Amino acid sequence: MAVAVFSVCAVIIVAGALGVIIFRNPVHSALSLVASLFGVAVLFLTLDAHFLGVVQVVVYAGAIVVLFLFVIMLLGVDRAESLRTEPIGGQRPVALAVGVGVLVLALLFMVGFDGLGVRQGDFPALDSCTGLPVGASESPLALECPDGTEQASNIRQIAAGVFGDYVWAFQLTGLLLTISVVGAVALARRPRRQPDGAEQAH
Amino acid sequence: MVATYWYLALGAVVFALGTFGLLVRRNPLVMFMCVELMLNAVSVTFVALARQMGDLGGQISVLFVLVVAAAEAVVGLAIVVAVMRRRPGATADDVSSLSG
Repeated sequence: MAVAVFSVCAVIIVAGALGVIIFRNPVHSALSLVASLFGVAVLFLTLDAHFLGVVQVVVYAGAIVVLFLFVIMLLGVDRAESLRTEPIGGQRPVALAVGVGVLVLALLFMVGFDGLGVRQGDFPALDSCTGLPVGASESPLALECPDGTEQASNIRQIAAGVFGDYVWAFQLTGLLLTISVVGAVALARRPRRQPDGAEQAH
Repeated sequence: MVATYWYLALGAVVFALGTFGLLVRRNPLVMFMCVELMLNAVSVTFVALARQMGDLGGQISVLFVLVVAAAEAVVGLAIVVAVMRRRPGATADDVSSLSG
């Protein structure tokens, strides 16, 4: 069952990624990207990352791709791009070589990575409640678990991490989002016209 | 349970596809989409290794990657809007200078 889910999702993800590259119309590319992102969300669910699966759908498919589509529609840049012309001579072969090189490097790293040779049982036994090695009791993850009778949910564990160990990074993401919103407004604002109607110098 | 190898291989394939698309396409919006693909590939890797290692830090990293991706998309699309308003139909080749 898990293998079937993974196979279907992998096919959807790779097909969506190919669609992003191949479709000439940016709108079609965006829709293809949505399919790929949904596949990734389902993969997150199969990896027991329930919170991330939901957030993936809400943030990526619900916000980022909609933002893309808004920009495409508002600007009217949904003209099909001609994929036949090649602006720089030899760009495609070089790009293909770089892509294949990245793939080979990633796979080589994967094969050479020691941690994968270790079976899951070789890691220290994990507390089914906190998700931490047994004995690491001084952890914020153990907040809500009365002696292992009740298993902490994935969301609760992530909350304990985000508001515990990673609270400063979390605060900084708030700052980052604020800055990016201000920057986006400043960038996308129409340039103010001069009183005599002359446009600002280019 | 699917072995972690497969998740990492899938992440590598999608990352390579994103790299290829980023280098080939000239529409700035599609280039952004390819960047999102690459970020997603890395996210899959993070979460798969988080399960393998039994460490929740991978999932929390993906959460932060998501926030950074959102911020990047917002600022990048604002730049695209600003460029497109000045030169409709501009491709990445046309934006050779940042002099407004």
